[in-house]
Parts: sequence; C-alpha cells; structure tokens
Amino acid sequence: MSQFNQDCVIDIDREQFTLEDYQGSEPRWCPGCGDNSILTSVQRLCRDYQLPLEKTVFVSGIGCSSRFPHYMSTYGFHGLHGRALPIAEGIKMHRPDLNVFVNMGDGDCCSIGTAHWIHAIRYNMNLVAIVHDNEIYGLTKMQVSPTSPLGLRTSTTPYGAYLKPLNMLSTTLGVTNVSFVANAVEWIPNLLYDIIRQAFEHKGFSFIRVVQRCPHYLPSLFDPFLTTPDNILVLTHENGLQLNEAMSRVYKHTEEHDPLNIDRAREIVGLEGKIPVGVLYRNDDIPCYDEIRRSNTVFSPEKIESELNEEFDKFAINPVQAEVEEGEK
Amino acid sequence: MDEKETAAEEVVYQEEKVKNIVRVKEQVVEVVSDSGEGAQKCGQLFGTISAKMGNGIWTVEIIPAEIQPPPRNVAGASGNRIRIGSFKITNAGDEADLVVAFNEQVLLGRVDSGNLKPNCIILLENKWGNHPDETIQKEYKAVYERLINEGFRVYEIPMEEECLKIVSDPQRGKNMFALGLLCNIYQRDVQLAREEIEFTFRKKSQKVIDANIQLLEAGNEWADQNLDFHFEIPTAGIHDPQVVMNGNVAIALGIASSGMEICAMYPITPATSASHYLSEIFENFGGVVHQAEDEIAACAFAIGASYAGKCAITITSGPGMSLKTELVGLAVMAEIPLVIVNVQRGGPSTGLPTKVEQGDLLAALFSAHGDAPKVVMATSTIEDCFYSIVTARKIAETFRMPVIVLTDANLATGQQPYPRPKFNKAWLSPPIDQSPVPKGLKPYDWNPKTGLSRRIIPGQPNGMFTLTGLAHDKNSKVAYDPWANQEGVRHRSLKLAAFQKTLKTPKVFGDPEGDLLILGWGSTKGAIEEAIQRVREDGLNVSSLHLRFLQPMASGIKEILQRFNKVICVEINYSDSFEDEIIREDNRRYSNLAWLIRARYLIDADSWSNVHGQPMKPGAIEKMIRKKMSDLSQERD
Repeated sequence: MSQFNQDCVIDIDREQFTLEDYQGSEPRWCPGCGDNSILTSVQRLCRDYQLPLEKTVFVSGIGCSSRFPHYMSTYGFHGLHGRALPIAEGIKMHRPDLNVFVNMGDGDCCSIGTAHWIHAIRYNMNLVAIVHDNEIYGLTKMQVSPTSPLGLRTSTTPYGAYLKPLNMLSTTLGVTNVSFVANAVEWIPNLLYDIIRQAFEHKGFSFIRVVQRCPHYLPSLFDPFLTTPDNILVLTHENGLQLNEAMSRVYKHTEEHDPLNIDRAREIVGLEGKIPVGVLYRNDDIPCYDEIRRSNTVFSPEKIESELNEEFDKFAINPVQAEVEEGEK
Repeated sequence: MDEKETAAEEVVYQEEKVKNIVRVKEQVVEVVSDSGEGAQKCGQLFGTISAKMGNGIWTVEIIPAEIQPPPRNVAGASGNRIRIGSFKITNAGDEADLVVAFNEQVLLGRVDSGNLKPNCIILLENKWGNHPDETIQKEYKAVYERLINEGFRVYEIPMEEECLKIVSDPQRGKNMFALGLLCNIYQRDVQLAREEIEFTFRKKSQKVIDANIQLLEAGNEWADQNLDFHFEIPTAGIHDPQVVMNGNVAIALGIASSGMEICAMYPITPATSASHYLSEIFENFGGVVHQAEDEIAACAFAIGASYAGKCAITITSGPGMSLKTELVGLAVMAEIPLVIVNVQRGGPSTGLPTKVEQGDLLAALFSAHGDAPKVVMATSTIEDCFYSIVTARKIAETFRMPVIVLTDANLATGQQPYPRPKFNKAWLSPPIDQSPVPKGLKPYDWNPKTGLSRRIIPGQPNGMFTLTGLAHDKNSKVAYDPWANQEGVRHRSLKLAAFQKTLKTPKVFGDPEGDLLILGWGSTKGAIEEAIQRVREDGLNVSSLHLRFLQPMASGIKEILQRFNKVICVEINYSDSFEDEIIREDNRRYSNLAWLIRARYLIDADSWSNVHGQPMKPGAIEKMIRKKMSDLSQERD
C-alpha cells in the first residue's frame, strides 16, 4: 500500500510507520464521542500512505473537534476559533511540500469562520478539510449551532432553536470553484475511511462533512439514522464509493451517483430525512490557487539583489546628472 | 519667519526680457484640483523632477476621503503639496508660497484651513469667470475678490483654453500644462520633465505620452511669455546615488529586501498602495502578495506561512489592526514571528481614512487580551520605512514574536530622497531549517535568563509538536496548572527585556541638557527637529528626542529626560486640554507617548497634541515652544 517515495534511498531504509506511530496524546474526548472514529480513520490514512510525520500538519480551530492535532504525532497547529482555514492556506502557500489537513467543528466552519470557508472553496488550495458536525456547541456546553435542527432545546435556546439549520453541503456546492464535496457519518468507519482517502487523493480543496455524535449533549439525535440504515443514502460510483457485499446487505438504500453531476448532487443534499454518504462532487480540473500563485522565480540572494537594483533604478537620482546641473550654472 | 524669508529674496539676475529670477532657499508649492483631474500626478512629477535635479524635497498628498467628491467642493481638494529646498527637507513645511488651483472652491478649502502664506502666489484657472452657469461665475468672482482683498497674488490663467489647442479634453490634460508652468517658474530641466512623463505613462500609448509632453511644453512656454516672476532654488548637489519614493513604496521594497516571501493583506486606506507596488514586483523576487478575504484572514495567512517557514508580513491600517488583534495574541502566545505594518490613519472606527494620526501607539502596545508582549517600533522618515522592515523581520525571527511597525498616512504618501540602499545578503532570512531536530530539543526550550528558544519548523524530522494558543509548557503541551502558566508568561515577557539589551540609547537633537525637551515618535521627526533648529538659532535652550522603539524603550532615556526642566510630548493624537473647564490634573487624558513616559519614568511629561488629521507644521511647533519658554521664564520670575 505504501506509495511514498519508493525510489528514494533514504526512505527505503526507513521503518514502516504503524498506526501507533501516528498516535499523539491520549484522546480526552468523551467516551463514545464520534471524534474518535474520525481520528482512527485519519490515522489509518496516514499509515496507508506512509505520510512522513514531519511532512504532515493538522490545523484546527477551537472546539472539541479541534483537539484533533494534539492526538496526532505529526506537526499540529491548534489555533483560533474559526481561523483554521486561513492559517492552513498560509502554510500550504509557503510549503507546498507539506500535507496539510484541517479539522473544524460546525461552529468553527459555519459560524465564526464562515467567510474563510466560502473563500477556501473558491481558492481551491490543496488541503483536506474535515468538518466534525455534531450540530451543537460542545466545548462551551450545549449552545445552539448554525447546523442545529429547528426546535432543538439548548442552553441558549431553552424554548427550542428558532431557525432552520444551515445546509453546509448545499452552500459548499454553490460556491465558485468547488472541486470536492463529500458527506460521511462517523459510525460507518469503512465508508468514512474511503471518503477521506478519496479526499486526500483529490487535487484541490477537499471538503468533507462528517456527521458526528455528541454522546454527552445530544445522545439520541442521530438515532433514526443509526437504527434505520435505510435513512442513509449511500452514493456509489466507480469514481466514488463501492459497497462490499456485507455492507450492501446493511445499506440497501443506494444511488449510483456520478461525482461530476453537480446538479444531482445539489438535489441529493436537499433530501429531507436522509443522510447521503459518499462523494457528492469531484472535479479534478479546477485550478488551485496555490499553484496559480506560485512564483516561477526561484528565491535566491542573487536574484533579489538584481531585482532590487532594477527597482531602485526606477527611483534613482543620478549623481552624475546632478553634477552636470551644477556645472551649467 | 515670513518676513525674514521675503527679505531674503533678492533679484539675482535678469534675462533680456522682463524675466526676474529670485533666488530663494525653499518654497512650498501646492497643486489642487477636483478629484480625478490629475493634480496629484502633477505634484508628484514636480517633486520627482526637483529631487532628481538635486533639491531637497518632501511631497505629501492632499486627499479627499471620497474617490469622486462632487466637483468644485470646498472640502474636496485633491492634489499635492511639494516642499523644495536647497537643503535636506524632512517634512512638509509651513504655509504654501505658491498654489496652482484648477478651481476656486478647492482653493478656498486650502485658504480656510490656513495652509497658505498671507502673500501666497495663486495660479488660478480662469474659465470659471465666464462660465455659462451664472451661479458659478458669481462664486468665482466672489472668491477672486476675497483673495485679492486678503492680499494674495492671484494670477488668472487660461489653462483649459491653452490645453484645448493640443487636446480635445482639456480637463484631463491640464495637469501637465500646470507642470509646465511650474517647470518654467522654478527653472526645472524640461528635458528631465519629458523623461519623467515618459516613465510615468510607460504603460500608455505613445500618442498619450506625446500629448502629455506637448502640454508640458505649452505650459512652460506660456509661463515664459506671460509671467513676470520666476524663482531659483539652488540645488544642494547629490554626491551619492539616491532614490526618491514614498513611504509605502519604501515599505514594499523593504519587504522584498528582507527575504520575506509572503505578504498577506486586505485593502485598506492608506496602507494599500504598498501592496499595489509590491504586487507589481514581488513575483520577480519569488514572493506572493495574497489579498485575503478579510483582515483577519490576512493575518492568519501570514501567521500560517510564518509558522511553516520564513517570517511573513501583513500590512494594514487602524480598523484592520483592530480586527487582527486576536491573531496577534496567538502569535505572541505560540511565539510565531510576524511583522505587522500599521499605516496609521485617524480613528477610532472608520475615522479619517486618508488623514494622518498617531493614535494607535497604545493600542499597538497593549492590544490582545491578557499579557501579550510584542515589539513596537515607529518609522520617522521614508528611508526609515525601508530599513525598518528589514530590521523588524530580523527581530521577529530572533525573538519569535510579532513586531508592529507603525507608520502613518503622512509617510505613506510623502516622498523624500534618501541614499540608495546597498543590498546586503545579511538582510535576508536564512533558508528554512529542515535539519533533524537534536534529541531532547523542546518546542519552547526557554532560556531561563532571556526567554529565548529555538524555533522548530514543520518538515524538521524529530521535531513534531502541536502548537497551541492554550497555555502550554516547554513541550507545547496544554498546561493549566498555576506554575506552568506563570512560567510561560514570564519567559515570553523576558524576551522583551532581552531585546531591550540590544537597543542603543537614542541621541538627543540639540544639547544634552536644557530648559525644555520635545519628545516625539514617528513621522513628526522632521517637523520637530526643524522647529528645534529655528528656536535654537535664537538661543533658546531646547532640544528634542525621537524614539524609534516604543516597546521596549531603550535604556538611558530616563537619564536624558531628567536633564531637562520640562518635557513635552508632541504627537498627532488626542490629549485633554486644561482649557476645558472640567479637565483637571486627576482626570486629564494624555497623548499616547506621554502616558507611556509618565508611567515608565515617573516624569511629569506634558502633552502638546492635536487630531487635525494633518502633518504637524514646524511653524506650529515652533510657536508652541516659544510660548512655553516664555511661560516657563515667567513662572521663574
């Protein structure tokens, strides 16, 4: 499975990384928290692709999910609420050699960081962004989230949430330059892994929303989907997910969906009472901002000196000319 | 002062006709028009030409807040002020000696705000006098009469009429005609002017360039035939190669020279022009200017880039600075190098977008919640704008902290020549360290004495850690216990003290002791020192001290302050005045620097400040000093 640098002498001698090699601190999420499943899938991806620890960075915002980087043994950046995306963009722009992942919560991505989310889609930089969507603010103790269902009783909406939830998938699918959108649920780890893998392989901004249980504040919110697999709509395609036999026995409600069909993708994410799982949209031909903007000039002191001199010439006051002026008087 | 200068005017020689050429030491010229009529370009070119001939110059833009205020609007003057001298010019000077005005209303704005000398020469577009609209005719005549009555020397000039002989749309061409007038009045080298026009319009067609040159020549010719006054400002001569540019361009070149590779910004006046120029050139250096979706994202982008390699930079102005504050705190906490340029404008809120103020000093020092020590420095000249960026980058990387560089709208658009920098490889950041991290090295291996630690950069094997904005220990592990937090905050604070050890005591301008010390920072340096020079010539025992580093402040400053009987901070920000009935010693709010000086040195520093949104005039400072000195001597008697 290893695909990393097989023709490089240094790495041939290197030991294979195991799952344990990617484990950082002991996770301190609540027992049964869906974040654990996402962590395991991501670690599996790192192991399968043998991502060098030092060449991989996880960037997060603030919230339960944003503890993610601490639980990885790679480089990590646990920054500010809502600002994971622009930080990750800065990293990727300066260091295209790094694998950059972004972990955000629903509040991070769709509330305080909304501007960055919309523009990250448009920049289409080579990043994998995972939104851990538990439809509630957990770390700050059960406030309403923009993705909370209408009527949900929370600490700040004791009489029920006033507004219908924001549909982050349809929003994402509506933004210019969208190139990869997938939806997953953390309680089907095989499909979650497969989606993350396809996101990683995609060139551009890969947006994955993962529906994630919060056992502490909303223990039964997703029960209808857990107990009735038919409420899960699995999207299959040769360029998307494929169910094995065992899985197809459980998840009978499937649709053959071509990830290039953005119109159908927009319809699917609007279906009431269903959670689609699979690759909604994928287009590898969208230009990436980090590639468009990369300068063809190789940074070197000699180059800088010559360019600077050329610039200074434009603003130069020539002493020879000044002496002529004086001589004329 | 005015009288003295008039007396110094002498007729040096006469050419065959009636061309009187008066030799003067300096002149302040303004060119004002409605927005979009090109007065700024005319003024800038006149300044550049003068600098290239070897005069000392300082130019500053006169900018209305709107892009297109209504025409013929008293508050809508757009243009340029150019101060030219036979010596080094460090500020925009006092009231103007000569004004070119494209209409009488914008001129009126300059008259009413006290920017003209009493006997100022005015070259006024005459077309309004016989305008088909009678209201306009009346307005023009009223203003004309008022100006004559007030003693101004008004010359009505058929600018558009003359331009119409060359171009079909004279409104768009008369700025070059005006440049021609000025070139003739001030004995400028017309060939040099032609070359500058060619350079300025290099992106336009040859037809446009030719038309502009013809207009220049027509203006020059017209002045030669019709005006009976001419000036000569002897050039000082240039002995070393020099460059002339404004402060924002100097900042952009400083960025390119510092080896920084990423500049992230969001458009904001008056900072953006630095990014305009940088965007034009930066890719040739291997750099990227990223216009982010907002101020916050710009700062986050720069922080991400810095974290992953070389120090990056973000440029902004007051409102943007406020938005970036939380991220600046993150950079402090996680010890990520970052350079932030704040081109100050009038505040709070949207304030005076195009006008100068020095109101962000305390905000720069104390911004971000909690204890967030960072370096704050201020530039005082155009040259300083260039070198400060190189210095700031170095400080940020060495001390792993944000460095805020304060400039302002005055420096942003002010032009001044300075010695051409000679590039030095040491200015650049070192290549990104990708070597394996030595065993045992922690992400925050704080030196117990200095707080300094070696930064680990992604890509370095064995260095993996998770950076966090939470309180953390040496291993970057989240740590909430009382001692760990105290240790972290202490080490981050010690870095400022360590940095302070590298600072030299600033030099006093004037005698090292005396009756009065004027203390300043930032763009007011030239005006303050010129005022000091003037009063010292009259034997007053006054000196000045200008601070580049505001946080930390160099050692030795207290000793300097103590050698003077009185210290006054002169700055462009607000301070309460005792003239307001309810203001007393125990509720007076001081100007920014005065707060700092009083708090740090327990010295009774006074404030003399205003928020007029204009560069400080040396004459105003001079007047204040003379008054204070006479008050002081009366107190003693």
